[in-house]
This record gives sequence, structure tokens and C-alpha cells, in this order.
Amino acid sequence: MSRPESSPTDVSISLSAISAARTNEKDPDISDLPIKVSVRNLNFYYGSNQVLFDNSIDIPANRVTAIIGPSGCGKSTHIRVYNRIYELYREHRAEGEVLIDQTNVLSPSTGVLELRKRVGMIFQKPSPFPMSVFENVAYGLRVHYRLSRSEVAGRVESALRRAALWEEVKDKMEESATALSGGQQQRLCIARAIAIEPEIVLMDEPCSAIDPIATAKIEDLIGELQEKYTIVLVTHNMQQAARVSDFTAFFYQGRIVEFGPTRQLFTNPKGKQTEDYITGRFG
Amino acid sequence: MPRSRRQPKGDRVFKHVSAGCAVILLALIAGVFFELLHGSGQSLAKFGARFVVSRAWDPVTQEFGAASSIFGTVVSTAIAMVLAVPVSVVIAILLVELAHPIVSRVVGTGIELLAAIPSIIYGMWGLFVFAPFMATYVQPALGAKLGFLPLFQGPPMGIGMLTAGIILALMVLPFMCAAMRDSLAMVPAVVKESAYGMGSTTWEATRRVSLRYCISGMVGAVFLGLGRALGETMAVTFVIGNSHSISASLFAPGNSIASTLANEFAEASEPVYVSALMELGLLLFVLTFVFQAAARIWLRGVGLTERVEG
Amino acid sequence: MKARSLRSRRLVDRAVKALSVSSALVGLVALGWILYEVVKRGIGAFNLDFFTKAATPPGVSGGGIANALVGTLLMTGLATIIAAPLGVLAGVFLAEFGRRSRLAAAARFASNALIGVPSIIVGLFVYGLLVVTTGGFSGYAGAAALAMIMLPIVARTAEDMLNLVPDSLRESALALGAPRWRTTLGVVFRAAKSGMLTGVLLAIARISGETAPLLFTALNSPYWSRSLAEPTPNLTVTIFNYAMSPYHEWQRMAWGASLLITAGVLVITVSARALLRGNR
Repeated sequence: MSRPESSPTDVSISLSAISAARTNEKDPDISDLPIKVSVRNLNFYYGSNQVLFDNSIDIPANRVTAIIGPSGCGKSTHIRVYNRIYELYREHRAEGEVLIDQTNVLSPSTGVLELRKRVGMIFQKPSPFPMSVFENVAYGLRVHYRLSRSEVAGRVESALRRAALWEEVKDKMEESATALSGGQQQRLCIARAIAIEPEIVLMDEPCSAIDPIATAKIEDLIGELQEKYTIVLVTHNMQQAARVSDFTAFFYQGRIVEFGPTRQLFTNPKGKQTEDYITGRFG
Repeated sequence: MPRSRRQPKGDRVFKHVSAGCAVILLALIAGVFFELLHGSGQSLAKFGARFVVSRAWDPVTQEFGAASSIFGTVVSTAIAMVLAVPVSVVIAILLVELAHPIVSRVVGTGIELLAAIPSIIYGMWGLFVFAPFMATYVQPALGAKLGFLPLFQGPPMGIGMLTAGIILALMVLPFMCAAMRDSLAMVPAVVKESAYGMGSTTWEATRRVSLRYCISGMVGAVFLGLGRALGETMAVTFVIGNSHSISASLFAPGNSIASTLANEFAEASEPVYVSALMELGLLLFVLTFVFQAAARIWLRGVGLTERVEG
Repeated sequence: MKARSLRSRRLVDRAVKALSVSSALVGLVALGWILYEVVKRGIGAFNLDFFTKAATPPGVSGGGIANALVGTLLMTGLATIIAAPLGVLAGVFLAEFGRRSRLAAAARFASNALIGVPSIIVGLFVYGLLVVTTGGFSGYAGAAALAMIMLPIVARTAEDMLNLVPDSLRESALALGAPRWRTTLGVVFRAAKSGMLTGVLLAIARISGETAPLLFTALNSPYWSRSLAEPTPNLTVTIFNYAMSPYHEWQRMAWGASLLITAGVLVITVSARALLRGNR
């Protein structure tokens, strides 16, 4: 007796249905859109071990681009190159180009402090700083700018509103941020990141440590944020990718196997590996 | 046949024997307190509360007071803390955030070696090498530039409060630094990455986020260093000058409770003299006990345990 | 928005980094300076007499610290024989039986407190306990004082090392029907052996350099010790006495003894740590 399995086409159809529900427009054509980040021939090494192979991709501006793939395929490693956060670790090395608005940010002449002001990052595990809610959101403002107290307060409130967190924390601004729930902490991290008005927001599996209700809130948030920011979302959850993203890249063993409009990728994957992955044959 | 529910005999013996050894620890610490208390009896009776503030110290007239010893203990410890705490912090930062792994290992080993050097060796070096160095170079320079302050007045003799404070700083530095390094290493990578991800420099991320994250461990480390400095004997005895006087100058000789005990106890014969020394010992014991207990409670409250020495 | 100057931010960052490096250098320079002076001044005292003869009166040449060396070795050895087993057993109690016991919590607190007691106070305590009561200074009192310093260190280290042994190991042994004491002594000990040995070695290194606790217990003596029931010569108090003396010859020997102790302590410390690292 075999268990009834959903057929591969069922999975693919449901994913594309989810994706289609996002918008009634026809699939966006990438050649019409301005490109925010352009990666050219990126190779990445942990010591002598190569983990990213010749990655090239164009991330369109003001859209949500999802990066999917099985664990260990290099998705997180890839986006960690965009803000050069990998430089904290001695053994990590990147070769190639990452062009943000035509400037290669991997070149030594690009200031990394400025880069990180323009490229924000949300991590898998919510990471509130050991300070009050207010001070968390104000952190980036205080580091980069000289503002009066009232200006800071104004921008903090604005960031929290845009992160859909204001109503929940407006009476708790002076309380420790670690007292918030997991979902709230993650939205706090988002507020903290957008308070300094980045251009790009990188999200590395932001919902994997969060409960489903909070996840739904964050997914709604991503939809709203894309108006102002370019979002790159790494996720292992294909339904999530189908729900929130305009474009999707499929990574496998350190290579970008396929990239295209989300609905298209899920409906008509061009490669067999892609199809196998999205139909759940592996990963 | 079902096994008896009572513990097997071997186990009971084992448990009681090992418990007995644990009880010895309790007995010892209580013993120290009560014996010192008992030994201070005559002094407490004769001098009462006056002992703590009296500057007298005369074995001939049998008038004794702890003021100069307490003063010396506190001042030399204060100097040591002022010097050692910031240095410990930045070295800990170096070891955790900045250094190449090889550099980290070399510096880390150096710190362990500094911690292992016995107190009397610091004393020897202090008396025969460092004090003359202070007298020849450092104190005259300080006296010339800052001599308008009473702190730096007086003849540059080398031995004295300042030298004692500096040597103490060198001695407590490795212990505090190791504890601080352990503390700083506990900050989760994701928190640090978030701080750097916002565009902070190393110092900004460390000061505003990492140090705040582990501030409790840092403070605990300082407490521990403080406790050690208060009780340090031989090195201080060699270089503090052993004079029962209180002076505003850092160049002046003084004494600490521990140095007075080291120097005078073996010679003291009159009961009141011995008792006064015992009372000094009691004061030192209580002082260090309170500090170290406070440190431990603080550390435990934040989930860190103190490293055992060595 | 008005930006904070990037240049000044980077400048401050670089200044702190420079401060870190220079502080570390200061520490290393101090270490190097101390070791250099100890070797330089101590090596000059090393000769055959130094290692084989007992002390001579000032002015008479041919003296040595051999009697003091023997005394130190005897007292350190005796202290270890007393404190190591007691300490290990106490540590066993704290680790194996002490998870919920109030006695264990109190004993742990006491052991931490004891580690923090200045060693001169330990000397004072043993003076009152053993010297006053028996009427005289003795090597036994000195060994007792050293043992008292060693005991809590060994106990805490043993406890820490035993706690590192995973419970699954204990449970497997117990599941085979072994009684508690056999499990502990056989299985758990073996797993924690190198760590505990390291702890004992480090404690030995520590007490062999101690002076204060011997000042009013073993005192010192210029003669070969015939019995530990009388004042016993030892290296550390000898250094103290010689250093404070006005005699050049004695000061030189104090340096020689200092070199001897430093070398011994550092060798034991470094090998103990290497042992621990090697066995991780």
C-alpha cells in the first residue's frame, strides 16, 4: 500500500497559484526594470574551500527577490557578500564584483561603513541589542548622524510605524527590548534597520525562528516595505517565496541554477533541478 | 530477589566520606573567622571602635590603630584598579575582537604567565629593579611636571604607595583580563553581526553593544580583581615602605594590612600587640570576604561562574 | 540629516585599536622584563654550593639554599598528600551528590570563599590553630597552611572537571548495575582524570611560590631540617629574609632562589596547561 502522494504538478500548480494571487499583473519583465544590485562572477571561499561558484545575478530595484534552495547551498553566504559582513571572519574571502548602482562595493576603495548604511540586514535569529526598544531603533541614527533628541524620537516612531510595531510598543519604549516576543523582536530589528533609510534590505530567513502568526505579519510587512526598499529574501520556505516575492533565484550547491519571475519559476521551471526542488523531490 | 531499596553500603560510605571532606571546607572558613575574632579579643576590648580610625602604631606604648594600614590597603588597591581596569578591558577587546589568532594565543599565554608568577618574585623585581627605575626616571619626571599637586610631592625614593599600586596593577591585570575575555567571548555572533551590519566601527559596536551585553561579567571581573588586590601581601610588603603613616603623597611610604602582618607578626610578643595584629587580620578577612562574596553573587546572578585560579 | 564625521569615527576606532595593542605590549614587556631580570640576577648565584650546601652566616662564602629547597619540597609534598585526596573527594561530593543538596551549596560557597582568603590570613589561622597550641613553629604547620590553600582550589577544579563529564556516561554505567561509588571512581574519574590532574598540578605550582602562609607557621631556619616538627627552612621565606637583609651575598642568593622558584612554577604551569589542551 502506498501513501497517496501529491503529484509534482500539484505542488507546482499550488505554488504558482499562491504566486498569482499576489498580483493580477502579468509576469514582470526584468529587462524593463532598473537594476539595483548586479553581481558578476562572484566566487566565495571559506579558507581553501570554495562555496560559491561564479554567481551572477541582477536584483531589480524596489522589488522583492527571493533566494531559495536546499540547506547548505550557499544562499546566506551569497547575500552576506552584499554588505561585506563576511569580512568579520578572517577565513572568508570573496572574489568577483557586486555592483550596487554601478559601483563595485567589493573593491577596497568602497567604505564599508557607508555600504552598511545603504544595505541593511535582518538575521535569522532576532537580535535585539541589550537596550531599550527606543535605543535599539535609535542605534543606527546615533552612530551615523548628529540629531537632536526630538529628531531621533520622530524618526524612531516613524521607523516603528513602518515596521508595523508602533502600536504594540509605544508604551514600552523605555523597556528592555529583550522582553518583547520573538515576532516583535524581529519587527524591532526591521525597524532598527530601516530607521537609517537604507536602499536595500537583506533578509536571511527572517521568519524561521518565529511563530506562524508573527510570520504572517512580517510577510505583510515585506509587501509594504518593497515600495521604498529593494528586498532580497533568503528563505527555505517555498510557499513564502511564492507569497511575497516578485522574482526568485534558485541556488544549488553554490551555483545560481535558475532565476526569473516567481510565478514563472514555480509554474514552468526551466531546469530539472529546479523542478525537482520545488516539487519536493529533495531539499 | 528484589534489590533492597536502601543504598548499597559502599555507596553510603562513599557519600559520607566525600560529604565529610566537603564539610571540612565549611569548617575551615568558619574557623578562620572565629579564630581571628577570638584572637582580636584583647585588642577589641582595649581599643574598641577607635581602632579603625586611630593612626597610632606604637609597640612601645602598646597603642595601636588600623587607620594607616586601612588607608594604605585602600589607596594601593585604588591605584591598582585605576591602572589595571582600563588596560584589562582593552586587552580583552584585543583578544576577542581584533587580534589574529596567533597574536591572541601569544598574548593570552603571556597573560597566563604573568598570573603564574609568584607574589614574592614580583616583590623581588619590585624592590631591586622597578623601585630604582621609578626613583630614577618616573618619579622625578612626575615631580617636575605635576609637583604642584600634593600627590606627587616629596623625595623620589622609589618604594612607596605609587610603586606598590603599579605592581599590584600588574598582578591583578591577568586575572581580570582573563575573566573579561571570557565574558566578551560570550556575546552571540548574531548580535555582533547586527551591530556591524548597521555600519558601526569596531569600537562603536564593542562599546555600544558588546560591552553592554556582557557588562555584568565585566563588573564581576573587576570585583574579583579588587578582592585579590586587597589581600596581596608579599609584593606590596617589598615595595610599600612599611611606615605607619598617612601621607597625601603617592611617593611616600606607607603600609597595608597584609604588609604589616608580614613584617611585624613574627616579632610581636606582647599579647596586646599580637591581638592588634589579629584584629588587622580580621578586618582584612572581612573586607575581602565581603567583596568576593558580592562578586560571586553578582556573577551567579548573571549566569557566569568564576574561573578557578590557575 | 547631519552626518557624524566618518573621519573622526574611524580615527577614534583606530586610536582604541592602538591603545589595545600598546596595552598588550606593555603587559608583554613587563613579563619579559621580570623574567629577564630574574634570570640575569639569579643565574649568577647558581653554582655547586648553591645547590648542595645549607646557609652560611653572612660573610662566609660557600653557602647555598639546599636546605631550603629540601624544606620546600617536603612541605609542598606533604601539603599535596593531604590536600589532593581531600580536595578531590570534596569535589566529588559537590559534583556527584551536590546537585540539590544544601550542604553542597554551602560547601561550594565556602570553597569559593576560601580561595579568596588572602594567604597571609591562612597563615594567621594556622598559627593560632597549630603553632600556639603546640608551642612552636613547625614544618607541619607550614604544610597545613599550604594544604589549606590548596584544598579549595583542588575541590573546585575537581568539581568543574567532573561536571564536564556527560550524564549519559554515568547513566550507562549505573544501568549496568554498578553501584554509585564504583561508577564514580571507575568511569567518571577516568573521564575527568586529565583535567583533575591539571588542577592539582596548577595548585602545586601555586603553593610552591607562596610565602605569606609560611611566615608564621614554618618560619625559616638556616639549618638542615631534621624533623618537620621544628621550624623548617624553605625557599620563599629565605628569599624574603635574604632580600630584606643588607648583605649583598644573601641578596644574590635570594635572586638565585627566585630564579629556581620561577622556573619551577612556570614549567609546572605550562606543562599542566599543555596537558589539558592536549587532552581536549
